[in-house]
Amino acid sequence: MQSFLQSLCFLSPSLLGVGIFFIVPFGVVVYYSLIDGVGSRNLVFLDNFIKIFHNSAFLMAARNTLQFSILAVPLAVVLAIVLALMLEARIPLKSQFRTFFLSPMMVPVASVVLIWQVLFNYNGTINEFLLLFGADKIDWLQSDYCQIVVLILFLWKNLGYNMILFMAGLSNIPKELLEVADVEGASELYKFFAIKLRYLSPTVLFVTILSLINSFKVFREVYLLTGDYPYEKLYMLQHFMNNTFRSLDYQKLSAAAVIMAIVMVVIIALLFKAEDWFGKDVEG
Amino acid sequence: MKKKRYFSRGAIFVLCAIFALAFLMPTVLTISNSFMAESEIKSNYGMIFSTTTGGYVSETVNLKFIPDRVTAAQYVAGLIKSPEYLIKFWNSLILVVPIVLFQVAVASVAAYSFTRWRGKIRSGIFFFYVILMLMPYQVTLVPNYLISQWLGILNTRWSIILPGIFAPFSVFLLTKFMRRIPYSLIESAKVDGAGEWEIFTRICLPQCRSALYSIAILVFIDYWNMVEQPLILLQDADSQPLSVFLSSINAGEIGLAFAMATVYMVPSLLLFLHGEEYLVEGIANSGSVKG
Repeated sequence: MQSFLQSLCFLSPSLLGVGIFFIVPFGVVVYYSLIDGVGSRNLVFLDNFIKIFHNSAFLMAARNTLQFSILAVPLAVVLAIVLALMLEARIPLKSQFRTFFLSPMMVPVASVVLIWQVLFNYNGTINEFLLLFGADKIDWLQSDYCQIVVLILFLWKNLGYNMILFMAGLSNIPKELLEVADVEGASELYKFFAIKLRYLSPTVLFVTILSLINSFKVFREVYLLTGDYPYEKLYMLQHFMNNTFRSLDYQKLSAAAVIMAIVMVVIIALLFKAEDWFGKDVEG
Repeated sequence: MKKKRYFSRGAIFVLCAIFALAFLMPTVLTISNSFMAESEIKSNYGMIFSTTTGGYVSETVNLKFIPDRVTAAQYVAGLIKSPEYLIKFWNSLILVVPIVLFQVAVASVAAYSFTRWRGKIRSGIFFFYVILMLMPYQVTLVPNYLISQWLGILNTRWSIILPGIFAPFSVFLLTKFMRRIPYSLIESAKVDGAGEWEIFTRICLPQCRSALYSIAILVFIDYWNMVEQPLILLQDADSQPLSVFLSSINAGEIGLAFAMATVYMVPSLLLFLHGEEYLVEGIANSGSVKG
């Protein structure tokens, strides 16, 4: 009992803050999502959610965000594994390469969007290159290619972090196992799929969750590149939230926030299950 | 056989070098362009940033690494001639520094609690923290907005700083570091009659010094780069941090924008150069959601 009180003492500042700034107001958000207005306070249960699912702006934002995540998350995971594996080889300048790969995470997005604008403008450097090869110019930010511009910025920024996670995962693989495989004459490819990937599965899970969350945050890049009103394909969920904040429609905001919270919890739960399934013969 | 090894290593090295160039290019270009005169910037990028009122005269875009003439004129214009950017820089600092310091402080006490005492309730709370940590802004900003409104701190810095202080990321990461401290160390201190607070300050904290530093770096970058929170919670243009303000520089001042973008990178790049090893250690330890 005494230890319980002591632990509570140490935990209380954090718990109090989390309670005040996250849990209690989130409870209110859930409540708001179930009533018809802050004034009248009639319970309408699922009405707000049904409205949200019929809201074309929300649907478009959800579709764009989903599309971007489907594109970005696998690339962020696979390319980071490639980088980590490359840095396992015995090559010169290894630690410098690690520094270089990691450096973008320390550069604020706001600082480099200018370069992206120069590269991907209609009259920009990339299009000059395309002309050299006889291809047509592409209006990168004002066409269906716009997600690619943001994707490159996203990968540039996030690959280093993911790579470090995979490097840590790779270093945890028992050396003996790989040595045995070498003696048995296993190919690099076999070693990767049969041994390394098995041991990396918890890391793959974590990086997937992390990249998924980061891909939801990609609003920041879009906003800094194109402002409040981007090309349709770049209209993200956070754009929808910002616009709804402007009109202060609490019911819409709350319902959207609750939906996203539920989606996140489901995704996280699924990935946890997936990890249990893959990792069960590795741990212990 | 051996020849083949060398060949594949060479190929990997070349591939790494290409990647490295691609990763470094945007940063290096921003820095080098910040030392160009406005006239050179105009002749290089006039095609891109020209507006109807801009009156630029250039035919092609010319992405250049090395300025024709190195000049600090843009820095002088941005930092000395007008105080605007310095104020925005200060806005960024005054938001981020308290968040970093207090988030780490609150987290270290909480992490000690999670490390020292285990139980069903506490692991439940810890799990909840992990979920909360993983929630995107779209979810957390609405509650933050509501509570700020009730407390009357909307449109003040507190509406960003206070939720920032209690964000659970540091708690999660620091708990993982602290659980690595040998239990015997804590046990023997207890036998010597040390109280919990003494164990925490005399044994736990000194053991975690590098962890605290690496977490502080991670929190710093996260908030130094913030855009979403100030857009929603700080309507007042004067108190916006530099990250948001940079995007509002108009097309006529691209040279200045490069210089201020460079200024904005400096604190985080310095932290990186000084603390890369700690940073890597911090990231590596964040690498699993469980326990």
